[in-house]
Amino acid sequence: MSEESGRGPSPEERRMWTTWVREHAVRALPPEKLLPDRQPSYVSSWIYVFGVATIAALVVVVVSGMILGLGGPSWWHTTSLGRFFNGIHLWGVELFFFAMVVHLWGKFFMGAWRGGRGRTWVTGAITFLVAIGAAFTGYLSQQNFDSQWIASEGKDGLNSVGVGAFFNVGNFGQMYTFHVILLPLAVTALVVWHVLLVRRHGVVPPYPAKVAAAKGSAATSSTEAAQ
Amino acid sequence: MSTTAPAEADPAAPWPGPFVRYDLVKELVVALGVVTLLAVVLTVLFSSPDDPPTTIQSWAQADPGDFLATAATELSGTSEIAEYGPPYNHTPEATQKVGPLDLQSTPGVRIPIDTAKDFVLEPLSEVPANPRLKAALAAYQAAPPTLQEAWTGAYEGALAKARIVRGVPVLPAGRYGPVAPMMAALLGLAQSGGLDGALLAGDHRFYQTNYTKPLLFLSGGGYFEERAEGQHLLGTQWGMMNETGSYPGQVWLWLYTFWYQVEPFLESPNADALIFVLMGVLSLAFICIPVIPGLKTLPRHLRLYRLIWRDHYREVEG
Repeated sequence: MSEESGRGPSPEERRMWTTWVREHAVRALPPEKLLPDRQPSYVSSWIYVFGVATIAALVVVVVSGMILGLGGPSWWHTTSLGRFFNGIHLWGVELFFFAMVVHLWGKFFMGAWRGGRGRTWVTGAITFLVAIGAAFTGYLSQQNFDSQWIASEGKDGLNSVGVGAFFNVGNFGQMYTFHVILLPLAVTALVVWHVLLVRRHGVVPPYPAKVAAAKGSAATSSTEAAQ
Repeated sequence: MSTTAPAEADPAAPWPGPFVRYDLVKELVVALGVVTLLAVVLTVLFSSPDDPPTTIQSWAQADPGDFLATAATELSGTSEIAEYGPPYNHTPEATQKVGPLDLQSTPGVRIPIDTAKDFVLEPLSEVPANPRLKAALAAYQAAPPTLQEAWTGAYEGALAKARIVRGVPVLPAGRYGPVAPMMAALLGLAQSGGLDGALLAGDHRFYQTNYTKPLLFLSGGGYFEERAEGQHLLGTQWGMMNETGSYPGQVWLWLYTFWYQVEPFLESPNADALIFVLMGVLSLAFICIPVIPGLKTLPRHLRLYRLIWRDHYREVEG
């Protein structure tokens, strides 16, 4: 029986890998859950802005980085246009970290891992740590005095625990590859995963309120049920 | 009016209260516009720092005495890099440890550096049409190690008394053997820019992307460190998170940098390893907050959530 007939996939179609993936994906995240147009009434605080601001800053960083990549790693040293986009890239990174740190603190104070949202916190925290690596390799890829000094100092920390033997901060080619391909891919993939988890589990509800006993049991039970 | 604190209900349950319209796509587009505008304004106002790199040539021209002193220690095998240990070379007892754990030695010597050969002897052997240098190199390499040490030791000692004449240190008479003409030739090679290329092209390939050798050579000199100190980049100046000029730098590394400013790390010969492991443990704890007793319930006790959801609590609690 064909799905086009409106009666769902046939047993034969159900055995297809493509059908299996689609059905699981839609079940986990139906369109109205993936891109909802309504949120619980408690989602009304400025703190919620910083999550989306982090994503916006990531877009600015990635796009400006791609433009810088078009000209090659030394382009920004020799042209005013390159210098301009390097500035956008740098300040985009600063805004990205600022927004992400405020977002993380906000989520910590909200206890945002409650209600089966542990993986959402974990993906967010790992994104922060991987982004630090992406920024670090960016500083190493600048080809200026900052890069030289950061490589000179950074090697001691990495060598002291055996990492420097494989991740050589003096090897510009290796650091540049990490910076423009591997780590941006990792950060982007983690952010996508994180957002999908947020959409799947929803925004964490507030901790229980202290409800005036005189207001009656209806109000109390309503608040409790929300937690 | 008395209040009650309801028992914790399941935060995974669907929200039974009211919903409000929320345009996620519009929010993202507006955020993108605001962040882009902010980045443009900050770029127009402050641009980005770009201090040119130090080259071996600029170092040798600006401070020939420091260059020669560093090169002499590379030749004698007494420089920081010559005695670094893994991953550059095998130096007994040179590694940093965390208690009994020697992580630095685990991968072995994967980036072999012989400072005398890589930084001095091989670049000099590439200098063409200099019979005096060729003879000096042959004499040095044929001499027993004790004699080599005596020559380099005498040379290093005499450098402090050298006079600078037209940018070149002139040493008092002494028993330097072939080391004096070798060092003079190395200085000339460095000041002409030839040593930058020789260190980079040591393996005779056309394309180069690995700057490990020139960086390690530069990092042994006082000139490089003085330049960093002038830009507040030293470890004791919170330099891990700073960058040149008055830019924010990597402020997210504040905690990593902080440990370098305090005991027991400040004076520890194992500071890098200890701090790296400490930050690894703290990072793991940060990731695992949802399952760490005490930490996972801390936000409830801090009660800052009441500020975040103040509208909600105002409505519910009246």
